[in-house]
Amino acid sequence: MSNRTIIPFGPQHPVLPEPIHLDLVVEDERVIEAIPSFGFIHRGLERLVEKKDFQEFTFVAERVCGICSFIHGMGYCQAVERVMGITLPPRADYLRTFWAELSRIHSHLLWMGLVADAFGFENLFMNSWRIRENILDIVEETTGGRVIFGAAKIGGTRRDVTNDKLKEIGRTLKTIEAELHAITDVFEQDYSVQQRLRGIGILSREDAFDLGAVGPTLRGSGEPMDARCEGYAAYRDIEVEPIVESDCDSYARCMVRIREIYQSFDIIRQVLCRMPDGETEIKVKGYPNGEHFARLEQPRGEVLYYVKGNGTKHLDRFRVRTPTFANIPPLLKMLQGCDLPDVPVIVLTIDPCISCAER
Amino acid sequence: MKMTYVALKSLFSSPATANYPAEPKTYYPGTRGHIVLEVSTCTLCKICEIRCPTGAIQVDREGKAWSIERMKCIQCGFCVDSCPRKCLSNDPQYTSPASEKITDRLDVPYEPPKRKPKPETPPA
Repeated sequence: MSNRTIIPFGPQHPVLPEPIHLDLVVEDERVIEAIPSFGFIHRGLERLVEKKDFQEFTFVAERVCGICSFIHGMGYCQAVERVMGITLPPRADYLRTFWAELSRIHSHLLWMGLVADAFGFENLFMNSWRIRENILDIVEETTGGRVIFGAAKIGGTRRDVTNDKLKEIGRTLKTIEAELHAITDVFEQDYSVQQRLRGIGILSREDAFDLGAVGPTLRGSGEPMDARCEGYAAYRDIEVEPIVESDCDSYARCMVRIREIYQSFDIIRQVLCRMPDGETEIKVKGYPNGEHFARLEQPRGEVLYYVKGNGTKHLDRFRVRTPTFANIPPLLKMLQGCDLPDVPVIVLTIDPCISCAER
Repeated sequence: MKMTYVALKSLFSSPATANYPAEPKTYYPGTRGHIVLEVSTCTLCKICEIRCPTGAIQVDREGKAWSIERMKCIQCGFCVDSCPRKCLSNDPQYTSPASEKITDRLDVPYEPPKRKPKPETPPA
């Protein structure tokens, strides 16, 4: 007869910036099952749509999450614009793509720091965040905010960036990219990093697909699926090849994120080269009437926005399916059969954003 | 080995962080720090109060005052975008930390144009 114990993990835990609670059923040092509980930071943001008018709600949508904030605002605007039949000026689309990719880079760099901290590599953590700070400086300079960009609005963007500034940013990004190689090489080659990530938290391709994993969690298991291939915003002109790793472990998910950072640098370069001139916003008239589902790729995976308007200034319904919410069932699968000391690292490899998931 | 190179470089280079508060923080011109009102051009039209998503701005027409609760304001800049007289702006300096929720109240010297008295029509 085996001796089973339940160990609570979270809601307060050193690796968790946000609260999620897992009951880990362990047999000696091996996790048999993980039972999650949610609802520590539910804020009822979806219901707020009944009180705020549809233009004001962009600010609420952006505050669903602190890290992927811009893409939340952009997704909401995209859904409402589709309902209202608004076609954006090309420069607005390109600027949005530029900021979305910057937010992907800073989110992945944040994650690299967090995972390094989770396996006790403090120096790597500090260096990842040092480089992230340079990206945040660019964001602050172009949008006025460090993490809450506040740059998207229904009908375009709230700010424009001069072409000279964009050229200067292009040069800055080149130096940041060169500096980043020193850090990502450590993730790729360092012995201790490999020991903590290789073969840990296996999620087979079939399981990842069946359980509805999204983003780097899915692509780390070998499934090439990226919502950017749908061709929203400026991605209709820029080809995005989904980055896939076939090892299905924590290391594969880490590599997907690292390669995505370089892909984002490449996309930003293309955006800056092709940046069209002209207006960045158009005037919005009338109120949304109808419904639409928008799909976008966030740093953590695919996000869905559902918007239903009734012809008044208040929307009927707003719904977000965030990537972390979709990645919880695959996480529980990964935790089955792992060792207890690996749990923090495995939880971090899905890049959990609990305030996103609970809204 | 790779990390040794990064660590040694950090050891012999100058610190990546600023020596705050000895060196003051420099802000970018476009940073949304806090909201500033140019009282001389304000007409107390109340559009900023209506648009503010958090209800931080209060406009008192009778008392001729414009007030903002700094801790309620989320620096979104929606009031700046919607002000018809362009008298609101974003200052790049962040507000300093405080232990009390203070409301900044500014007196606005706006005089509404006096309506011409209607000419009295003689009774028929």
